[in-house]
Amino acid sequence: MNQAHSLSAAAAKRFVIRVPSLETTAAWLLAIVWIFPLLYAIWAAFHPSAYMVRFDLLAPLTLENFANAWAQAPFARYYVNTFLLVTGVVLAQFVVCTLAGFAFARFPIPGKDFLFMLVLIQLFVFPEVLIVENYRIASGLGLVDTITGIGLPYVASAFGIFLLRQTFKTIPRELEDAARVEGCGWMAILLKVYVPLAKPTYLAYGLVSISHHWNNFLWPLVVTNSVESRPLTVGLGIFSAPETGVNWATVSAATLLSIAPLLVAFLLFQRQFVQSFLRAGIR
Amino acid sequence: MLIHNADRRIQIYGALLLLPAAVLLGTFAYLPTVATLINSLFLPGFRGEPPAFVGFENYAVLIGDATFWKVARNNLLYALGTIPTSIALALGMALFVNARLPGRGFVRMAYFTPTILPMIAAANVWMFFYAPQIGLFNKLLGALGLSGVNWLGDPGVALGSVIMMTVWKEAGFFMIFYLAALQSIPPELKEASDLEGTSRWSFFWRVTFPLLMPTTLFVLINALINSVRVVDHLFILTKGGPNNATNLLLYYVYENAFSFFDRTYAATITVVILLVLAVVATLKFTVLDRRTHYQ
Repeated sequence: MNQAHSLSAAAAKRFVIRVPSLETTAAWLLAIVWIFPLLYAIWAAFHPSAYMVRFDLLAPLTLENFANAWAQAPFARYYVNTFLLVTGVVLAQFVVCTLAGFAFARFPIPGKDFLFMLVLIQLFVFPEVLIVENYRIASGLGLVDTITGIGLPYVASAFGIFLLRQTFKTIPRELEDAARVEGCGWMAILLKVYVPLAKPTYLAYGLVSISHHWNNFLWPLVVTNSVESRPLTVGLGIFSAPETGVNWATVSAATLLSIAPLLVAFLLFQRQFVQSFLRAGIR
Repeated sequence: MLIHNADRRIQIYGALLLLPAAVLLGTFAYLPTVATLINSLFLPGFRGEPPAFVGFENYAVLIGDATFWKVARNNLLYALGTIPTSIALALGMALFVNARLPGRGFVRMAYFTPTILPMIAAANVWMFFYAPQIGLFNKLLGALGLSGVNWLGDPGVALGSVIMMTVWKEAGFFMIFYLAALQSIPPELKEASDLEGTSRWSFFWRVTFPLLMPTTLFVLINALINSVRVVDHLFILTKGGPNNATNLLLYYVYENAFSFFDRTYAATITVVILLVLAVVATLKFTVLDRRTHYQ
């Protein structure tokens, strides 16, 4: 009886695999449509331009498009700029948002709720919406065409302050009291109790922030005007603007060059990325 | 007295912790917001002259500016075109990936990957699809014996093409929120409804969909914000053209400020965007925060 049951279950399973249901077919079709643009970019980047719209499995593979892209625009410099920008922004955000989140979570500041609401406004009013005035301010501070100028408006992130405040609030006061008994001051309590316990939040926020700043375009475009400070996205945007007439295969290669580090990181740490976006999104 | 002093000290300490964030937010969020409102009441000083106060004249110009209305209408159509479609697709994707599905990991990865790409890179790739002669879409149409479409050059089609690309870019991001919400629905509900013989269709509409309402609102708010905030793809695909057929509010701000050098008119259009964002913020703080409270 039991055996018969498991046999029929196995048969049913085999049947499912052999004839995919309507839903499975739809899910897979959609997945293929969704991944196709990326696959197409990869195809175009690794083949001579003659094969852009000729899908021949035996088409010769080439790295020439990458060599061309690398030679025609200073991608090495763009990489350095993006790397400096992303590292700088994330580290500065960690410091500034940790301090502010800690103050909001644990300090009796008069008018705290009102101040917090004021911070939350920045969840809606982004630096890129205020490009006109932010450009004037950046230029007044001598920050135009600097990597600091690209990153600084994003450092006091309402989102980071909010996330860290929520996390710090869930940490039991008893831990703090125990540290105080051992003679820790506020800074030591923050660094030895709160920050280590908030590690998952830092990871989540860090990944979201890295992806955001790696991909950010409008504000960096406005505030930079030379190779010395341009990040990858802006470099790519200028390189591949249709009016420059750069060959498509080269544009494909340049596009892949710009997205490769983040894409590879995503493919390797998919779960962490998705979890981070979730954790950071659900408030 | 001693206790009072200690309180004071803690307050000052807390205020000092807030100081860096306060200075930065003041400089790059509040100051520019207020400056935008003030500048919208001035005319830019040409040739070194000081800006002249003109009251609401910029707003009068705005109301009479046919291009502005076109751009505002485009942005509305863009929001209406992208938001419901990407939300529906995101929900569909989440339902697919939440069910038993062969190759589920790959399918989920395929849906989510566009999210991780910069908008500029995505636009580059879609440019290969949309290009008039050598683009993939027209090649495919040609292979079927159909005449090509001018995807980005035809004013009647271009906005639709931009919308299609945006939906592709956004749906996977919204999917993960639905997926998380679906996984938090207790399986007992499904078992109970199976016992009662409820069809899957009515289970979805009577149980799943209402339970997902807070997620839908959350995603809706994000999508609304993105529809006025993200214009990166326009720089590659259309530059707002042809004849402003795909121009959106923020891109129009950019054009006015950095191509036409009319800073105060750009500020006036920015005020419109800020108003839209204020409405979205109100929606979030009233409707969404109240509803999710019960969850």
